[in-house]
Parts: sequence; structure tokens; C-alpha cells
Amino acid sequence: MDFLNAIILLLNYIFVPALTYGSQLALGAIFVTIIYGILRFANFATGDMMAFGTMVTILITWYFQSIGISLGVLPTALLAIPFAIFFMIGYMLFVDKFVFRYYRVNKSPPVQLAMVSIGVMFVTQAVVRIIIGPSDRRFFDGEKFIIKAGEFKEMTGLNEGLAIKSSQVLTIFITLILVSILFWFLNKTKTGKSMRAYSDNEDLALLSGIDPKRVVMITWIIAGILATIGGALYGLDKSFKPFTYFNNMLPIFAAAIVGGIGNPFGAFLGGYVIAFSEIFITYAYKKFFMYILPESMEPETLVQLLSTDYKFAVSFSILVIVLLYRPNGIFKGKVL
Amino acid sequence: MMGLIILVGIFQSWNVALSIFNMCLISAVMTMGANVQWGYAGLINFGLMGYAALGGLAAVLISVDPVEEAWRAGGFDILMCLWLIIAMIFIIRFILKHFEKTKIRTYGIAGIIIAGIVIIRITSESGIEAIEAVNPATTGFLGGLGLPIVFSWIVGAFFAAGLAFVVGKVALGLRADYLAIATLLISEIVIAIIKHEDWLARGVKNVIGLDRPVPYEVNLQEAEWFINLVTKFNSGKLELISNIADKQAALNQLVIEGSSVFVKLCYSGLFLIVVIALLIVTQKALYSPWGRMMRAIRDNEEAANAMGKNVVKQHLLIFILGSAIVGIAGAMLVTQDGLFTPGSYRPMRYTFLIWVMVIVGGSGNNFGAILGGFAVWFLWIEAAPISLFLINLSTVGLPETHELKVHLTESVPYFRYLMMGIGLLLIMRYRPKGILPEKIEIK
Repeated sequence: MDFLNAIILLLNYIFVPALTYGSQLALGAIFVTIIYGILRFANFATGDMMAFGTMVTILITWYFQSIGISLGVLPTALLAIPFAIFFMIGYMLFVDKFVFRYYRVNKSPPVQLAMVSIGVMFVTQAVVRIIIGPSDRRFFDGEKFIIKAGEFKEMTGLNEGLAIKSSQVLTIFITLILVSILFWFLNKTKTGKSMRAYSDNEDLALLSGIDPKRVVMITWIIAGILATIGGALYGLDKSFKPFTYFNNMLPIFAAAIVGGIGNPFGAFLGGYVIAFSEIFITYAYKKFFMYILPESMEPETLVQLLSTDYKFAVSFSILVIVLLYRPNGIFKGKVL
Repeated sequence: MMGLIILVGIFQSWNVALSIFNMCLISAVMTMGANVQWGYAGLINFGLMGYAALGGLAAVLISVDPVEEAWRAGGFDILMCLWLIIAMIFIIRFILKHFEKTKIRTYGIAGIIIAGIVIIRITSESGIEAIEAVNPATTGFLGGLGLPIVFSWIVGAFFAAGLAFVVGKVALGLRADYLAIATLLISEIVIAIIKHEDWLARGVKNVIGLDRPVPYEVNLQEAEWFINLVTKFNSGKLELISNIADKQAALNQLVIEGSSVFVKLCYSGLFLIVVIALLIVTQKALYSPWGRMMRAIRDNEEAANAMGKNVVKQHLLIFILGSAIVGIAGAMLVTQDGLFTPGSYRPMRYTFLIWVMVIVGGSGNNFGAILGGFAVWFLWIEAAPISLFLINLSTVGLPETHELKVHLTESVPYFRYLMMGIGLLLIMRYRPKGILPEKIEIK
């Protein structure tokens, strides 16, 4: 019984939150990695683009709520996401046309493109804050929990409760579907293959008749989809605050690089690596040991490797270690 | 640029103008640091925030009086930990030097590091708790050395240089955009440590009331010579007032205003000395054989390498030098503010804004760096009034309570981001080398 309690404890406080957070990071990391693989620059506007997508989702959600449309037990935002994606794709193509294309055509070095993306970051951040303001917004409606901690205790008769929020299940579910479609697209369809070819060797791809404009356009479309969904899911699960989104850019970068930048599958796994290590290392295991060890050996301290203040620092340290020993990431990067 | 600041002095107040001027000087120093790395050597450093924070930390550790009680409570443990860290580094160095590279060695080093961290945590825990328990509302940290704060400018440079040495050893082999991300993340780690190690500098509880290198306003207002000075300056204005009581009140008002202007002027003088000294040194370096070598390395690393220049060593050197300059700026900033707030170090303000200054001013040109620092900081501060004016102008037809107008007026602070972004994009597009591009004299 104690053993079961210990497992439920870990599930509740480590596994489910880490899986959710990892999914959110994974979507962002794939976004970074695809931009890096095809357009060949580190996009510092990632976090703010995601915030922009979320903002559009929120605005449409509010509109739906005001005219009385809802999805019942599911959050209304799910209905708003498709519209937000359309808007976001428009935004991405707009930014590309007026900002990034000039440098791509001129074959500017990647560093210059990264600098330009900082300019885009400033502008996007300003637009988001001017339109919706810098404060915390919650836009989750519908049924909040799938299993409540109390219900679970009653059901199983264990001491430890397991609470699963519907936003967590939604996040994991949607991420898995989206990522499967994306990998199917990249590996099986002709367009996807042409994108991979372009990422692998631009000149050879051009020689074999791949239209670079089309590849770039599809890249931005995918980026728009990922940014909106990734951002909206994060906002549904936690809350929407522009500053948090900007900060999330850092673990997202860490995930993309740990997985091997330019490699979507690596980025996908990298998200979970970062999320799990952050939560594993900063969790206080005292209660866990209380369940599995005999009473005489119970620990007195919290048995916490690092305090939760260092949550971000953990993922960055992992990144530094990976960069030192495997600069190409855990999975070899630069192949889409 | 100076004209603009003087205009602010005339239209807003001399106080505002001088504080903008001082911050411009500090920004100029930071920009020069980034410019040394980016403009001279093409190294991209997004960790400016971390070096600035270390400079600020130096200001605290130098100027605050030591908290003896805290030293008695936990100083021994902390010193022990310091020795442990040093011992750990030497053991690892020894292993790296004397053993062949094998898997066992790698695992051994990893084991030593993990064991070391565990031992350090065990030894430090009680000490840290004891230190943080000493009068937590006002101290709760070890304090500093109690020296004049100006020394911290040099110490801050050394702190930043030390960090840059470690970071450079680790990360300089990476290609440009990886280096940018790695330095950004490392600086976040530094900030996290400063924020959460309360025994060091009180963490997010902030250290306030640092010593000043210049007189305090309150003391000035009572000083005989200062009042005489103010009277002399404003004799014309004062003579117009006939009533003695009114005259005294006017004089008091003038003394209060004058004292804060005087303090700011003192700061400006100190900062100007630093800026001019750095400008002379960097200018000399730029046109020296060393500067030529750095440009050669920047423009073609392989060719420079083939000519027998040690690229790795020179990169590390310039990374350290640039970071040290940023460290000086960080210490200057804390000196001017008189307080150290780790929570305020954010990448937006201390990394990306400084980079905007570098790009806008002109990379590789020291005057460009200073101009960038001035222009961008001026815009950053004056963006709010300018955008408020523009909003009022464009919504002049709308009633005061119109929703759009209220909303826009509330979000005025964020227009500065918009201005920075658009400015950066325009400069990148139409003047990619900055306002004052690099000038290379070939003799």
C-alpha cells in the first residue's frame, strides 16, 4: 500500500506536471528548430510570437463568450484556436515579407538574422502589451478537473490523491496529435520531403527543382500553427502573462539545443528532457521516502537536490553540459 | 545629442536632464564593452546582464560595512565552502593534467563534482541559515568590506572578468548563434544565484542605502559654502524679491533644487572620467597592431590562424576585456542608484537594449557606441512623453473618455518597446553598419 502511495505521489507531483510542461516546451522547441533548420537563424522572437498567438486566441475566446458560444465541458478557447491560427499565419507571412525576406534574399549571415529577430521581438512584445496589457489573464472555462484529488482518494482508498486537470490532458493529447501529424507531413508527403531536402542542403535542393519560396512559406505556416497552439495550451494550463512567455523562450531554446537544433524529433524529446529534469531535481522527496523507507530510516531534511528557485538554472545547466560534451545535441542536429 | 538633453533641461527640468545624462554615460560604458566584443572581434555576447549584475554585486561587497555578528554566526562555514570549491577545482585540474582521457576519467570528474556539491551543501546549510537569521529585516547577510564604493568599479571589472574567463573557456568554441544563446542562459544562471543566495547580498530583499562617493543632499543643504554658491548663482533672481521672508523661502527652494542638481553633476563628472579614459584606451587599442590583429581574426579566422595568430587565446582575451568593461558599468549603475536590486536585472533591459545601442550606434566604432548609448537611452526615457503626445494628437477628435483613447494612454509605457523595435529594424535594413560606421584607416 505504501508503495502504491509513493507511486501516486510521484505521478501527481512529478509525472503529470512534467509531461504537461514538457509538451508545452516541445511545441515551442519544434517551432524554434524548424525555423532554424530551414531559415537558418535563431529566432529570439519565439516567446513573443507565442504570446501574440495566445493573445489572438484570448480575444476570439472573449468574443465567443460574449455572444454565448461555448463548448460545454471543454474550454471555449479550443474553438477559438483555429481562427487564431489563421490570423497568426497571416502575421507570420507579413513579418516574413516585410522583415526577414530582405535578409534571406541577400544571404545575410545568421547572426544578422538573429539580430533582426530581436527587432521583431521588441515590436511583437510592444504590440501584445499595448493591445491586451501586461497583466495576468485566465481564459480557461469549462470543466476544470478530470479527477479531483479527493475523489481519487475515495475511489481507491489510498492516502495520496491524484488530481488531473483537464487542461493537462488536453495539452498532452493535442501535442501528441499535432506532433504525429507534423512528423507524418515531414516524412511522408512530397512537400515535407522537399522541406527536409532544403534544410539538409539548400543548393542541391534548388538544383532538383524545389521552390524555395514555397518551402519558406510552408515553414512559416507550420510555425504559426505551432506558436498559436503551443502558446494557447500554456495559457490554458497556467495563465497568460506576456512576461512569462518572453521568459519561456529560454527553456524552449534549451530544449531545442539539447535535442539537437534543426532536428524536430530531438526538439520534441528535448522538451521532455528539460521539463523532467527541472522537476526531478527541484522536487522535495521527503514524503516519497517516508512511504518507501521503514520508519527508522526516514529522512529529516526535505531531500531536495536544489531549491525550486533554481528551476530555470537547472535546464540551463543541462544545456551548458550538453553544449560542452555534445555540441550537436543528444540527437544529431541540422537534419530536419 | 547634447542639444537634446539640454532641451529636456529647459523644458522638463535640469534634474531630469542630468539623470538622463548620467544613465546615458553608464549605457555608453556598457555599449563600449559590448562593442569591444562584437565590433572588434565579432564575438556575440548576450550575457551582458550577468556581467552588469556582478559589477553591482561588487559594489555591495565593497562598500557595505561587514556584519560582524553574521560572520561570527556562519562565516567559518562559508569560508570552509570556499576552500572546498578551490580544492575541488585543483583536484579536477590535477586529474585533467595527469590522466589520459578515458571514460573512467570523465565519470570520475563527474563523481567528484557531484560529491563536492553534496559536501558543500551539507557544510554550508547550517552556516547559511545562521547568517540569514541575523537580523533578517536589515542585514541577514555577510556584508562587505566597508571600503569606498569607487573601488568597486575596479573590483566589479575583475568579477566580470573572472566570470568571462569561465564562460569563455566553456562557450567560445561555439558558433555565433549558439554562443548567443549559451551566454544568455549562463547570465540567467548568474542572476538566479544572486537572487536566491540571501547570505551573499540579501537576494531579492535588496540592499539599500549604499555609500556614496559624492555628498548627500541633506548635508549640502546645511553647508555654508553651498548656500553661498547658490546665492551667488541666483543673485539676479533673488534681488527681484524685496520681502525678506519671501526671499528666504525662495532661497531655500533654490538650495533644495540646487543640491540634487549638484549631486548629479558630481556623478556626471565621475562617470565622464570613466567614459573618457575608456574611450582613449579603446581608441588606442583599435588602431594598435593588436586592434589590427583582432580585425583580421574577425574578418577571416582561418587566414589569421594560418598567419600564426592564436585565435582561441585572443578571443578569450577580448571576451574578458569586454565583459570587464560591462562589469565597471554595472558597478557604476549601482553606485548611482545607491541600491542593489537583483530582481531588476532582466534580459530585456540589460542585454537586448544594450545590443540595440551597439547596432544603432555602429559596431566597431567607439564613438558610435557612445552615440548609440546616448541616443537609445534618450529615446527609451523620452518615448513615453513622445508617444503620449502622438496619441493625443492622433485621437484629438475623440472625447476624453473614449475607450480607445483611455486604453492607449494607459499603455503608453509599452510604446518604448515599439520604438526600439522599429528603430532597430530600420537601422538593420537601411544602415546595417549603424549611424557611425566603422572607419578603418589604412596607412
